[in-house]
Amino acid sequence: MAEAALSTTRSSASVRRTSLRRVMQRKSTIAFFMTLPLILLIAVLVLYPAFYSLHLATLNKSMQRFVGLGNFFFLFKRETFWMVVKQSCIFAITAVILKALIGFVVAHFVHNIPAKGQRLWRGVLLVPWVIPPAMSCLGWLWLFDPSYSAFNWVLAKFGIDPIPWTGDPFWARLSVILVNVWIGAPFFMIMYLAALKSVPEQLYEAAEIDGANWWQKIWYITLPMMRNIIAITTLFSLIVTFANFDIVRILTAGGPVDQTHVFATWAFQLGIVGGDLPLGAAVSLFMVPILTIAAIFILRDITRRGSEV
Amino acid sequence: MASTVDTATLPARARPKYGSIKRDRAWALRWSYFFLILFAIFFLLPPIYMLITSLKTSAEISAAINPWWVYEPTLDNYKELLTQDIYLRFFRNSALVSVIVVIITMLISVPAAFALSRMRFWGSTTLATGVFLTYLIPETLLFIPLFKMFATFRDWTGIELINNWWVLLIIYPTLTVPFCTWIMIGYFASIPKELDEAAIIDGASWLQTLLLVFVPVALPGLIAATIFAFTVSWAQFLYPLAFTTSVDQLVLPAGIITTLIKGDVFNWGQIMTGALLGAAPPLIIYAFLMDYYIAGLTAGATKG
Repeated sequence: MAEAALSTTRSSASVRRTSLRRVMQRKSTIAFFMTLPLILLIAVLVLYPAFYSLHLATLNKSMQRFVGLGNFFFLFKRETFWMVVKQSCIFAITAVILKALIGFVVAHFVHNIPAKGQRLWRGVLLVPWVIPPAMSCLGWLWLFDPSYSAFNWVLAKFGIDPIPWTGDPFWARLSVILVNVWIGAPFFMIMYLAALKSVPEQLYEAAEIDGANWWQKIWYITLPMMRNIIAITTLFSLIVTFANFDIVRILTAGGPVDQTHVFATWAFQLGIVGGDLPLGAAVSLFMVPILTIAAIFILRDITRRGSEV
Repeated sequence: MASTVDTATLPARARPKYGSIKRDRAWALRWSYFFLILFAIFFLLPPIYMLITSLKTSAEISAAINPWWVYEPTLDNYKELLTQDIYLRFFRNSALVSVIVVIITMLISVPAAFALSRMRFWGSTTLATGVFLTYLIPETLLFIPLFKMFATFRDWTGIELINNWWVLLIIYPTLTVPFCTWIMIGYFASIPKELDEAAIIDGASWLQTLLLVFVPVALPGLIAATIFAFTVSWAQFLYPLAFTTSVDQLVLPAGIITTLIKGDVFNWGQIMTGALLGAAPPLIIYAFLMDYYIAGLTAGATKG
């Protein structure tokens, strides 16, 4: 609309201008039709359900009566809900920090070795990320098996008692974090490696001449140069980890006694398995605040970089 | 190139004088390899153990012997699984869904990315940012409202969407299209403006410019986006678990988990075999197209 109005005021003069206007109009119509499927897809299958879940969360179980914030008050009164809140935060924060640390360390090691071998190592170390999580989680489930755990077999050789990997709340929480770190750390490694490659070698040479040790080089050169990538990778991962479903669902299905449920798996349990869609929608809505905060920071970073270019 | 020449020749001259730096470097290298091997063991342990288990008989799996070694290797698990109709059915469903979703994704996101990066129109920058933001909305937030929407759709039209494998064709593009559009915008933006201006001046239409100029030039980006769309569709677990229940409608991840795990009876040899075969297509693609795979992975944060 604005563009059309703009071009009418501009092109009132010459014939050449009007033909130009027609081209402009044609271009924007073509562009609109090229983006139309995308707009429709996002509007109907992403935005509409996102807002629809707000409405859904205010209905009763049979979805016929409006109960306002009843579902939310019901959740607040349940102990399991607060446990899920706590567990989701512990799970996401611990896993993201560990993934970032391991990714950073491994990226440095890969960066250290001669360029010839880097490709091979990078290829090998990314394998956990490439395997579909549902498939690798089955492998972990088997490694954690209560009676045949291959880890416990090794521990027994050292005279250590078997560990109840998925049977005890503490160990189950640790196990889901371990598996999440295993899947996600390679992603951080790849991102950090790409960032490390973009740091100019001259900076390190200059620092070396000035007598900087390796720690000072990391603190004053590597980290500031990688700040953007570190921030955006961490935020991305925070979103994905916080909304994670596969790992907890397959490894523990929320157990023992709901101790390892995160928002996504509990919403699935209540909504799809238990048949109370509004309650499930209400649970999943609690992911929104933290997702929004992360999204705002990511967006700020992207628009800032956009304006720099 | 100049910098690599620099670092290659400089130490050669400097080495005799600064022997300690050389020694430090050698040690740093040794430690790097040491820790890399440790991490590689950690990262590869589960898939290797899955392979070990898949080569065992049930009797050997439940025997109290070293679980990390195969005493009587056998391919029975593979033979049994690959002759089971139901497992082949999962494979077929997965392959169909992934391939069709890749096609749908490309048909939607390539023209959209072209329009958003080259044909500036009212709201195009906002839309590009919006596309990126929708990528950040996780599927775990959408599956419950979508479930209800599909039920309402059935009540209105009589068309049953839930519990049909092709319902995934409708849902999966929400996972693939935003990211693919975003990285294609990045790739298209890196193409010099002169190229499409020349094409337009020579009388090419916008569609011809896209198909004959942009698609060939941005082919690496297209391959990266295709790989991304395929692997995401292949690996998706939540949607098939929530939206399909009949055994013959399941795709691989949901299928293996719901059918091979029967109550408390776990046939671990078969489960591991099924999981490995299910992981094979992404791994094979990765093995052959690693550079494109990694380019697609890093494009989201480093481009744009």
